[in-house]
Amino acid sequence: MFLDVCKKYTPTKDNLIYILHEIQDNHPQHYISEEAVQTVSKYLNVPVNHIYGVLTFYSMYSTKPRGKYIIRLCESPPCYIKGSDNILRRLKSLLHVNVGETTKDGLFTLELCACLGVCGNAPVMMVNDDVYGDLTEEKIVSIIDKLGEV
Amino acid sequence: MGTETSKGTKVFALTGDIRNTGLVEVPMGITLRELIFEVGGGMVNDTTFKAVQLGGPSGGCLTKAHLDVSVDYESLREKGAMMGSGGVIVMNDSKCMVNIAKFFLDFSVGESCGKCSPCRIGLKQMYDKMHSITTGQGKEGDVEELIQLGEAIKQLSLCGLGQSAPNPVLSTISYFREEYDAHIRERNCPTLECPDLLHFLIDTPKCIGCSLCAKKCPVSCINGSREEKYVIHQINCVKCGNCMMVCPVKAIDKIPGIHPDVIVAETRARELAENQD
Repeated sequence: MFLDVCKKYTPTKDNLIYILHEIQDNHPQHYISEEAVQTVSKYLNVPVNHIYGVLTFYSMYSTKPRGKYIIRLCESPPCYIKGSDNILRRLKSLLHVNVGETTKDGLFTLELCACLGVCGNAPVMMVNDDVYGDLTEEKIVSIIDKLGEV
Repeated sequence: MGTETSKGTKVFALTGDIRNTGLVEVPMGITLRELIFEVGGGMVNDTTFKAVQLGGPSGGCLTKAHLDVSVDYESLREKGAMMGSGGVIVMNDSKCMVNIAKFFLDFSVGESCGKCSPCRIGLKQMYDKMHSITTGQGKEGDVEELIQLGEAIKQLSLCGLGQSAPNPVLSTISYFREEYDAHIRERNCPTLECPDLLHFLIDTPKCIGCSLCAKKCPVSCINGSREEKYVIHQINCVKCGNCMMVCPVKAIDKIPGIHPDVIVAETRARELAENQD
């Protein structure tokens, strides 16, 4: 299955990032397994340690299984001033996880990220590809409840 | 358009406690007052303007006294701020300047590459000092040391990051010195933003004994009954604020300063440690 993704791209080094992205996006747990790294390594003829170097340098990649919904809360100054630390505290207590951890039911992973470019609606967070702005503690509860239902 | 030395227009990312947030393009040489109160529409909910942070984590904070400063490269630098990234964060009087400065410094500590020691070690030293001030462990003379460290880091760092990283701390010290002093001398955060320098208290006559706060407390430090009302055990409290949020009759308040019980416990622990030595 990983090889199928690889074969969409020509086996040159510069396609590494694209291949890794596609593997991660297609995986239900949004991560890149050791098996995937091995496959990509063979296909591109790039050492495994080199691929891990890339994987651990970029914060968007994960080498650990993550939840169905990845929550990325902005920790940049404008969001902080608008109270993102309260939102973070609320998220932690709602989900019973710390930053970087996944809930026991495998639904949510909590992460922090740099500016999402919508400072006008601070504080902001992203859940997978959706942006949620003007967050309040009440709003967080309803967002999590809604996502958790499905 | 613009001023003699800063020509044309400039795009700013306006954010914070103002009505109109978002990207704005204004002519250079506009005053901060015009930028915040006309373009930005003034403070949200008619709160009071306290400070404006310009230029991102390397920039500085300006105050009410600087509202008529013209927005151009030279004037801003002269006042201790900078154009930088074009970020304009407006703050009302509910924001703790010491906490904000610490937040910006935290960013710079994380960004430091580690090549030169003033930035790598110096910023960490400054951060530790700021951390101790915001958690009530500050000592007399800390502010002077922060100024000394900051000036040294600015002069000795190799690149722009270290040369500008102490700006948020230095500018808040020069314009909001009294807040630093309150944190250190009175162990009190005037804006109730630093969780270690406040405590939550249940107003017994208002309490209806519903037990909601006790149920929501993550460390189970609220005890009581419907008849005897509820009391927060201050030493175990983690200041999460859950109780205050769920209280249906708003009987729980944030009180400035450290609770006497906690101070007694601290002193006892210190004495115990000294006796063991």
